[in-house]
Amino acid sequence: MSHSRGWPLPRKRRKAPPPVPLEDYDRAYLNADEWAFVMAATARLIPSDGDGPGAIETRVPVFIDLQLAGDYGAAGDWYMEGPHDPSAEPARGWQSPLNPAEVYRQAIPAFDAWCEETHGEIFAKLSPEQQDASLTSLQKGDVGLPSELRDFFTILLANTKEGYFADPIYGGNHGMQSWVYIGFPGARAAYRAWPERHNVKYPLGPVSISGERA
Amino acid sequence: MARQEQKKDVVIVGLGWTGSIAGIELAQEGLEIVALERGHDQNTVPDFQYPQQIDELKYGVRLKMMQKLSQQTLTVRRSGDETALPYRSLGSFLPGNGVGGAGTHWNGLNWRPQPAELKLRSHVVENWGEGIIPEGMNLGDYPVSYDDLEPFFTQFEKVAGISGYAGNLNGEIREGGNPFEGWRSEDYPMPPLPTTYDSSKFQAAAKAMGYHPFPAPAGIASTAYVNPYGMQMGPCNFCGFCERFGCYQYSKSSPQTTILDALKRYPNFSYRTQSEVLRVELAADGKTATGVTYWDDAAQEEVFQPADMVILSSYQLNNVHLMLLSGLGEAYNPLTGEGTLGKNYAYQMNGGITMFFREEEFNPFVGHGANGMVIDDFSISQNDFGAEGFIGGSYWRSGTFNGQPIRNMPLPAGTPAWGAGWKQAIGENYGHAMSIGSHGSHMAYANNHLDLDPTYTDRHGRPLMRMTFNWQDNDLRMNQFMKSKMEPLAASMNPDLMQAGFKNIGAQYDVRPYQTTHNTGGHIMSENAREGVVNRYSQTWKAHNVFAMGAGNFVQNTQYNPTGLVGALAYHTVNAIRTQYLSNPRPLV
Ligand SMILES: Cc1cc2nc3c(=O)[nH]c(=O)nc-3n(C[C@H](O)[C@H](O)[C@H](O)COP(=O)(O)OP(=O)(O)OC[C@H]3O[C@@H](n4cnc5c(N)ncnc54)[C@H](O)[C@@H]3O)c2cc1C
Ligand code: SF4
Repeated sequence: MSHSRGWPLPRKRRKAPPPVPLEDYDRAYLNADEWAFVMAATARLIPSDGDGPGAIETRVPVFIDLQLAGDYGAAGDWYMEGPHDPSAEPARGWQSPLNPAEVYRQAIPAFDAWCEETHGEIFAKLSPEQQDASLTSLQKGDVGLPSELRDFFTILLANTKEGYFADPIYGGNHGMQSWVYIGFPGARAAYRAWPERHNVKYPLGPVSISGERA
Repeated sequence: MARQEQKKDVVIVGLGWTGSIAGIELAQEGLEIVALERGHDQNTVPDFQYPQQIDELKYGVRLKMMQKLSQQTLTVRRSGDETALPYRSLGSFLPGNGVGGAGTHWNGLNWRPQPAELKLRSHVVENWGEGIIPEGMNLGDYPVSYDDLEPFFTQFEKVAGISGYAGNLNGEIREGGNPFEGWRSEDYPMPPLPTTYDSSKFQAAAKAMGYHPFPAPAGIASTAYVNPYGMQMGPCNFCGFCERFGCYQYSKSSPQTTILDALKRYPNFSYRTQSEVLRVELAADGKTATGVTYWDDAAQEEVFQPADMVILSSYQLNNVHLMLLSGLGEAYNPLTGEGTLGKNYAYQMNGGITMFFREEEFNPFVGHGANGMVIDDFSISQNDFGAEGFIGGSYWRSGTFNGQPIRNMPLPAGTPAWGAGWKQAIGENYGHAMSIGSHGSHMAYANNHLDLDPTYTDRHGRPLMRMTFNWQDNDLRMNQFMKSKMEPLAASMNPDLMQAGFKNIGAQYDVRPYQTTHNTGGHIMSENAREGVVNRYSQTWKAHNVFAMGAGNFVQNTQYNPTGLVGALAYHTVNAIRTQYLSNPRPLV
């Protein structure tokens, strides 16, 4: 079936106003060194080259900064009473005494020190190839972080993907670029006519909670 | 000293599915009722309204509708040899919070157990002999039968507004329904929902292999509907923000859409939110309760609420915790087998296969929580336990239910987790995969139980509950059996690629990934006080004016999602209260 007619495109596309450039962004939680790290690391976790947007164009670092400044960073909903056994087997869940914001704060300098020792520079100053190798070591647990920081890579990667795919109201997924790329219609959430349209690609682009269209 | 409130006839602890049922049925008797709910108030408007509700990060990932573990949690260990550690951040299960409870953000898969599942011990012993029951398995019969409960399954389905197609109508097997289900006195209140592409592919493949596909029974409205309380629902639009979300339309079955507005019109009913019950108070002789003590969050003080009758409807985990703290039974000791409270904690054993079809379009964001076609050809009543070497079964389902990309991004095994390879893979694969899930039974075992933790406490200084739980060989063997049967079916669909995810023998319980919020047992039903915590009417053996609702009553878990049985047991209980207990309060058994 053809979709060239029947689903008119919105006459006026609402675009978000151009955001503050990342260099001038007024950080809510991260300090300058941490910001440099998060910019560099997310740029490797979701790089800009190839098809689809990267973490930088989608402003994932802003998302991470805001999340760490808020309830998530503070583990506001979590049970954080002691005693803690951070070296327990990973299958036992989060057992660090630190909340996510504290993990970033302590893990970034520790990882930077490892990068300096291993590759001669802090992470942000390494070449992309060295950065990828360092992140791989971090992912594999070869960096020697203390056990209370053990989950750093896991949350860094999870937060990066969250910032890439979450609604733009949280500061990332700028312009809904990741949704356009994969074909997710965002907050449309109304598909009454679609269950029976078998093997037909949904034609409309995404909308966001604040009413952007792309 | 605690503040004291005016005495009520009934105090209800927790205003989710079962608390709402108890509330409205007992309000019809003219009783003075107060419900205490630890969470906030919430309703379709304004709390679930569009577009704010369509927010994967807030509700799907940060889980803002769920129990706050900072307020209440438990500790977990896998055996008596381990030290239990707190469940600090949500993972494996997601108990609800606030008015409506988990009934607000469930999927809506509404099942009746098979008749054999309610008499499973007898079914096993009669067919294969006691010898096949593995050591350490506490296999039991429910003290109620399918026939006892049939009118109450029907009643709950009418209230909850379930869509489906009866496969066994008064004994007549109907083509297109589930031929292996127990008999139904009436067809479903609403016809089945339309079938998405993945479901129809699964349906065709299952049929070709001689299986019997049928539409999943869904607490999701397929048409306009008015339930027996006069509550109105409208058809679902497959918005795909269903599981973990409140429905922004009036389409998903929930306490809000099917009971609460009608209940709030009774002048003899009231409810208080931010009111967390801390314990049930017992009379000096320990034979009845005098009421409950709760924490009033607004006033920051303890309050005693006297009442003639206490209904515990705070979800399985919270019910068991409250009962342990209140001495409503003797704690189970797995070493001696003595005590019953906390016994037979059970869960669910699931697996599945993901298939990639590069050239096909599945639009995974088009769906609802209970979408899909199902087969029951490998269900409990169909499996030869003696020949296969396990006791149990599962149902298989295929149907899109959310295409939200943070959590739902199936990629071929071996795809890098980040970097250029990951980014390319999400572009190539999103929308081109479908899956079949196996949703399986979980038996009860001596090892798996609940008691109080010796170390960790909550904000009120009360000991946390401790869960001792691990996967057991019997259920893992069942899971592997399902894998061996599902792989040929999946292969017959000729995907470009397929990958199975079934736990292997020896798998250890991992609290991190979401599995199900189908926690069962702990205050199990029994024929006599030696074997369980409540009788067939969910009345505690210890105190006859305390009734405990919910899946805590399950002797062992069934192969299905629990709420159909939870709802039927709740109606069975309130019926007994109305017809037998109120006129003469006493132990009913
Ligand atoms: C994401 C998800 C998906 C699910 N999908 C399905 C499905 O598809 N099919 C199915 O059958 N089941 C499903 N379930 C399970 C289903 O939601 C439960 O079986 C059902 O809600 C149980 O009803 P209940 O009345 O026992 O508890 P709930 O509905 O959870 O209500 C319990 C209430 O008690 C309150 N409470 C707890 N402790 C206290 C206290 N101390 N004082 C005062 N109040 C308290 C809670 O805040 C809550 O509001 C799902 C659950 C979740 C979380
Ligand atoms: S999928 Fe349907 S029932 Fe579920 S939340 Fe959306 S509209 Fe409501």
